[in-house]
Amino acid sequence: MPLDRKIAYIDLTTGKVEIRPIPIEIRRKFLGGRGLDAYLLYNHTEKGVDPLGPDNVLLVSAGLLVGTLASATARTHFMAKSPLTGLLGSANMGGFFGPELVWAGFHHLVIKGKAEKPVYLWIHNGKIEIRDATKLWGKTTTETQWAIREELGDEEIKSAVIGPAGENLVRYANVMTGIKNAAGRTGMGCVMGSKNLKAIAVRGTMDLKIAYPIEALEYNKGFIEHITSAKVNQTQGTLGTPFIWGATNSWGGVRVRNFQYNQLDYADDVEPESIDDIATKTVGPHHMAGCFACQVHCRARYRIPDGPYKGKYDEGPEYTSIGAFAGEPECRSAVTVLTGNHLVNQYGVDNLEIGSLIAWAMELYEKGIITQKETEGLDLRFGNDEALLEMVHRICLRKGWLGNVLADGGVPASQKIGKNSFDYLIQVKGMSNLHSDERPTPALALNVATASRGSDHLRSRPAIDLYHLPEEVLRKIYSTPIPYDGPLSSEHTSYEGKPWQVFWQENCYMAVDCLGICKYHTVFLGATLPNFEDWPKVIYLNTGLEFTPKELWEIAERCNNLERLFNLREGLKRHDPVKGDTLNHRYFDEPCRRGAPDVVGLKIDRDKFEKMVDEFYAYHGWDKEGVPTPETLKRLGLENEPSHLL
Amino acid sequence: MEKIIVVDHAKCTGCRLCELVCSVVHHGVSNPEKSRIRIIKWESEGVYVPTVCQQCEDAPCMNACPQKAIFRDADTDAVLIDYSKCIGCRFCVAVCPFGAMVYNSAEKKVFKCDLCGGNPQCVRFCDVKAVSFAPAEKISYDKKRITAEKLHSGKLYAAL
Repeated sequence: MPLDRKIAYIDLTTGKVEIRPIPIEIRRKFLGGRGLDAYLLYNHTEKGVDPLGPDNVLLVSAGLLVGTLASATARTHFMAKSPLTGLLGSANMGGFFGPELVWAGFHHLVIKGKAEKPVYLWIHNGKIEIRDATKLWGKTTTETQWAIREELGDEEIKSAVIGPAGENLVRYANVMTGIKNAAGRTGMGCVMGSKNLKAIAVRGTMDLKIAYPIEALEYNKGFIEHITSAKVNQTQGTLGTPFIWGATNSWGGVRVRNFQYNQLDYADDVEPESIDDIATKTVGPHHMAGCFACQVHCRARYRIPDGPYKGKYDEGPEYTSIGAFAGEPECRSAVTVLTGNHLVNQYGVDNLEIGSLIAWAMELYEKGIITQKETEGLDLRFGNDEALLEMVHRICLRKGWLGNVLADGGVPASQKIGKNSFDYLIQVKGMSNLHSDERPTPALALNVATASRGSDHLRSRPAIDLYHLPEEVLRKIYSTPIPYDGPLSSEHTSYEGKPWQVFWQENCYMAVDCLGICKYHTVFLGATLPNFEDWPKVIYLNTGLEFTPKELWEIAERCNNLERLFNLREGLKRHDPVKGDTLNHRYFDEPCRRGAPDVVGLKIDRDKFEKMVDEFYAYHGWDKEGVPTPETLKRLGLENEPSHLL
Repeated sequence: MEKIIVVDHAKCTGCRLCELVCSVVHHGVSNPEKSRIRIIKWESEGVYVPTVCQQCEDAPCMNACPQKAIFRDADTDAVLIDYSKCIGCRFCVAVCPFGAMVYNSAEKKVFKCDLCGGNPQCVRFCDVKAVSFAPAEKISYDKKRITAEKLHSGKLYAAL
């Protein structure tokens, strides 16, 4: 049963491992995955904990439904205090690690302390061993995984690893599994590096009992048909997430030249169809691959067709690879995108963050804020593909002054670079924004400004706001499971009703992150996809646990509030330009210069934005400063946190 | 007409839903170790190959069984195990050229694909049709068409 999966506490300083069951009352309050991780983070860290010190905890979890028949139940979640933002660190990944962890007997790992020398965890059918990783140190993400398989003599071992970027404490190093599945954001790989933890290797052959197997199987068949019937998923299954970048670029919703422009012209070579052609030519017509049990299969397999890495195999690229290696630096080469994607995967670094920061440095170079003195001779102008890729190496290896400075993240880098460099840093809470432009879309702007892990599109983005859906369709989605009769607007440029949509999406994404389901299987890009009404049945058939849609909503609210409590404890303040629910001044001051006629000239209205934040806080039951009121905490049963129950 | 499970590995996305479904159907649990179908991967090359019992005509497992516990089902043509006769000697595991006969050390029993009684669930759930269930003759004919098409369009000569 998923409910018999355990939690393990691993102290890397002492080598002590303790394994405990997860009480059912905890499940009912926090479900699992990200939600329960939020509880553990709030309970197992002290205020002001050093993100890179031994007292920070790294939480690793497989969501409640991972490994079960609930479609795309592949997600593994990582959480810790972020070394990039100093606030909540949280990221999740697909692939095959999560299910393997569940078959090995575990749902949650709480990793504390710091090993004296490089180690990795070996988790096998209920047992956890800390092993020497001296020989693995220095290896890339895939080299590490294959070496562990060889050492332990089992080709089916799945590992979550860090590459050189994590070892070098690049603040936005990620955790990777397989070729390209990454828990990308907020520097969870940097936390692993700080603990001298090179990898977590798992192998499990333990039964995961399904509560009602035949019913679950049949329900899943319908679920899959539901999910694959969505046009957006069919397109994802053909072109992957590059299709979103292509579509967004077509109307002027991407970032170019570090937010100076919102559309990449002459982009034919990096359009999704061009990338798809390369995958077809180098791998074959059936080049899409899937995460565990997923029928959307949005991951392309390819070989780099040209350049110094010609012939290298990799997977992706994603929206963010095109954003990082084409849109932002204004490069126009598919080879550069595919090479950049390969480098970040091998080094183990967040492509979104590194792409944004290099583009930022390019603008500073353009404006003379940094010169060839700081770049040590590198001509870091926009459109210089070679300089772009060279900077990836320098950052991940902390080579040269600028590489080393950028490896510490945007805000610390802006302090070292000085002048007015901070003004050009497109970040929220110290984390760079997705390579998209939210100036035409107030709902999306509110989402990036208030997302709990810093600027992010996967915490609360009402992406369907761009579809101009009829109001009655929006109302059908956004008024369940909690009634809502306030305004809703089909117009993406409107400020009406958007705070409710962002609030609703925030709870929706929290629920899927607790369950361990991919967001392509909920109301993210497809308006018809499953949500609160559909999950109780799938949870019941797989685990035997009964919930109403409203109860799931309340769990999501509770977990979101816990994340808020953590951020407030660590210094979040509403209007703080670094640790606040704010946006870079360019959102308010500089209008969009390119794109569709109804996009050109748009920017965010500061007063209306602040009113949206007020309204968004009010839905949460937070005061004007974004602090949960005592009544809200009481309603959600959080008045005694930290409660130290687990 | 007798049907077989046909693998077209180029189409496999590597998702392993077939493994999950198979273990749930046969054991009520999620556990690929108990799946009759397994995806063998060369991850560093992006190659995924589903492997499953071929229900051989001259089945080595059947020939090797000292207890005559392995027989062919009259309806589905699947090669099945009569557990009342099986002594767990594992000769069948040793001789199967496909690794399709598996020993479950927990239950002390061998197991293999039974074609789910004529409606293989792995095939039913595989959206991309990397595994299909079709008459052997039909498969040969379809392959002839593909080759003929290449000849017709000149692609085969080009490839040679």
